[in-house]
Amino acid sequence: MPPVLELRGITKRFPGVLANDHIDLTIQKGEIHALLGENGAGKTTLMNILYGLYRPDEGEIWVNGEKKTVKSPIDAIKAGVGMVHQHFMLVPVFTVTENVMLGEEFVKYGDILDRAKAAKKVTEISNTYKLNIDPLAYIKDMPVGLQQRVEIIKLLFREANILIMDEPTAVLTPQEVEELFKIMRTLIDQGKSIIFITHKLGEVLECADKITVIRGGKVVGTTDPKTTNMNELASMMVGRDVNLTVEIGEAKPTEPILEVTDLKVLDPRGGVAVDGISFEVRAGEVLGIAGVQGNGQTELVRSLTGLLTPIDGEVKLSGHNITKCSPREITELGSAHIPEDRQKDGLVLSFPISDNLIINTYYLEPFSRRAWMDQKEIAKNGQELVKKFDIRTPSAFTTASSLSGGNQQKVIVAREFSRPIKLLIASQPTRGLDVGSIEYIHKRVIEKRDEGCAVLLVSTELDEVMQLSDRIAVLYRGRIIDTVNAKTATKEQLGLLMAGIKNN
Amino acid sequence: MNPEKPQATKKNGLAIFWEEFSRSNFLIIFLAIVTGIILGGVLVAATTTEVYAAFKVSFWAGLKSAFVTAGNTYVALLTGAIGSPEKIKLAFQSGDALAIRRAINPFFESLVQTTPYVFAGLAVALGFRVGLFNIGAEGQIFMGAITGVWAGYAIHGLPPIIHIPVALLFGALGGAIWGFVPGFLKTKTGAHEVITTIMMNYIAFRLSDWLLKGPMADPNEYTPKTPWILESAQLPQLFGSPIRFHIGFFVALLMVVLVYIFLFKTTWGFQLRMVGSNMNAARYAGVKVASSTIIAMVLSGALAGLAGANEVLGVNHRLIPAFSSGYGFDSIALALLGKSHPVGVLLSALLFGFLRNGARSMQLSVGVPIDIVSILQALILAFIAAPAIIRTIYRLKQPKHTEDIVSLQSWKG
Repeated sequence: MPPVLELRGITKRFPGVLANDHIDLTIQKGEIHALLGENGAGKTTLMNILYGLYRPDEGEIWVNGEKKTVKSPIDAIKAGVGMVHQHFMLVPVFTVTENVMLGEEFVKYGDILDRAKAAKKVTEISNTYKLNIDPLAYIKDMPVGLQQRVEIIKLLFREANILIMDEPTAVLTPQEVEELFKIMRTLIDQGKSIIFITHKLGEVLECADKITVIRGGKVVGTTDPKTTNMNELASMMVGRDVNLTVEIGEAKPTEPILEVTDLKVLDPRGGVAVDGISFEVRAGEVLGIAGVQGNGQTELVRSLTGLLTPIDGEVKLSGHNITKCSPREITELGSAHIPEDRQKDGLVLSFPISDNLIINTYYLEPFSRRAWMDQKEIAKNGQELVKKFDIRTPSAFTTASSLSGGNQQKVIVAREFSRPIKLLIASQPTRGLDVGSIEYIHKRVIEKRDEGCAVLLVSTELDEVMQLSDRIAVLYRGRIIDTVNAKTATKEQLGLLMAGIKNN
Repeated sequence: MNPEKPQATKKNGLAIFWEEFSRSNFLIIFLAIVTGIILGGVLVAATTTEVYAAFKVSFWAGLKSAFVTAGNTYVALLTGAIGSPEKIKLAFQSGDALAIRRAINPFFESLVQTTPYVFAGLAVALGFRVGLFNIGAEGQIFMGAITGVWAGYAIHGLPPIIHIPVALLFGALGGAIWGFVPGFLKTKTGAHEVITTIMMNYIAFRLSDWLLKGPMADPNEYTPKTPWILESAQLPQLFGSPIRFHIGFFVALLMVVLVYIFLFKTTWGFQLRMVGSNMNAARYAGVKVASSTIIAMVLSGALAGLAGANEVLGVNHRLIPAFSSGYGFDSIALALLGKSHPVGVLLSALLFGFLRNGARSMQLSVGVPIDIVSILQALILAFIAAPAIIRTIYRLKQPKHTEDIVSLQSWKG
């Protein structure tokens, strides 16, 4: 039997870039085939070619032993290829059924929509693949995990046999990821095939049947998850040996830098988000804050950085009471902040990199004198930091919007680390980044610690918290349920704490 | 997917302007203007009875008549805007100074029309840069005219060198106060500036009506008017009658430069642009968003106020009811057309000024109503607001980044 999908020698050139260089890929019926590669490796370009959004310069697409020309997504769907995009294409105010039938409406009496018939088909699909979706629910009322299933139903509704899933786990909670993997298994059991695009190694090993690694537009190799391991995959992806675990020396904590006492913060809706917590971070140590998303992390960080005013309690930075200080006053006292949403809070995307590197120091010398900006100094600073922090960009004057996520994060790190700081508050510093960038950011954070900086690391990635922290405080419903030594803590112990269960 | 070439030097504001313009925007704007003019011509032909009569004779006669009609209209528009070349030539040959002034008057009159557009366009553009939608330029123009004219007739005994700046400053102040109120309300109560500036417009209109009938009325007049401003407050006209061209135009040019420097060369401008481009990041970086909003509204109002003061001090020399024929509203369109950049605003103000002046004599000479200019402006703007239309007509490629430099804050602000 011929493979369900075969890509032969796919090549795509963009001006100045060879995005895909003679890529061969074979997908067998009933397998989850992981396509692994760093951001910018060419995964998405390849899938866009398969999905008809780009035309290849060279190469052929074969589906079930037949050569196909895919000029548009319509051709792709006809050939049985469907794609779940990273950002969902759903109409929030429509029901599941309406979203699913959009573009392929069932009608009766000429032009009247036959919602009932479509809903019936949606229910059938949902039952066959154990998706557990209510066809009459509105998208806007559904959690992200369920919305993703609606996207899958859309493809199954159009009888797709090959499902491309572009970074499907990026937006999901760990529990939702588990559910998704189960669904993927069910789909495979029913004879579908899945191309699973990701850069997360753990997930690949957990759910894929076969792994193809792409680097720099070329296929590096195809392996079997049973015979490989994380380190091997990481080296294949990055092209050199990668230390997934950054070498971390012993912490030498000294005097307390950040002291928080009985802090109470409200969320925007007026609920108590941080409920009277106390902790301290000493110079030269990393305090990790672990916890499931939404347990007060955001509000905690915002109150420590002056973006939210606490209703009660006290925050001290090197002895200064900063409870009611503005973000600028706190920054000037030597606090650096890597915000959890880099595009929303950390960068002005339409500004050039060089301007983004000074957004919190623009009013100081040498970047300005009195009210005058010194463009020369700003340019010099930009070029220096681009080089020093290895920001991959054609120039320091490119807009931040054109950078990849990893490089955007490097801009923020460069900006925050290039001034003298005593405290670093890093919130989700590696969310959505590739292996190379994660390694880079982790190294830099530990460097700062060893220079004698106090580091508060807030992350929902348990691995990250365990790896970098010296102590771990677990946040549950706005309280610190327990603080443990990172060296002796186990994943199980932390998992229980994150669920609010404390054994005495 | 054009990788940008590495550049050796830092881009200054002008380079940014050029990049923003040339990133297919320039082409879009140019094609939008061309398309607008073509469609406007079709409209003129379609509303002319002679054209229909000619079509009854034969298709070709009709087509010819349509072209001639549209062509004549635009020729009239153009000569109305810049003057007729033959007349200018004849006038220079005769050597008669008055004849020369008459012949070149249309061009300078267009500049007179352009001047308030520049001020008001800068006002709206400055607001856009900070993410504020200042609909209130019209009201601010009225307030600037009221305070400006008052300073012009009520303050006695100043030499022109002092009186003129003082009167202009009063105008700026009047507009600034009218801009301050919505800015203050926004930061204190979250009231959206679109609503409050519209309401401030009505207050300004009614206030000026009342002032013109009461406290500021000229007792020697039967209709509501203010007294004439003193000669010492008049913006000097550079040529003799009938040319009304006055130094206000140069004040406007100065403002273009000042606004440009303010936005792109000072820390204030950096801060305000940051607020306009990403308010969250600005807050994160320690910028006081509230005071930035108030500053921006005050400056925006001051610029609009200058437009009003310029009109009363340079052209009318007194305040009459409804003196501003929608400069404030046109300037919203104008700022969008100019991509909220001072240089872009100047260029589009010139376009609007020349169109408006040209249309007036076009109405006289070929009888096409002046509203055609509003239609032209509307068409051009529609095409710029919906660039997909232009891209489809001319089969242009989609740009890689479709970021809008004018990002407006949500209603939650």
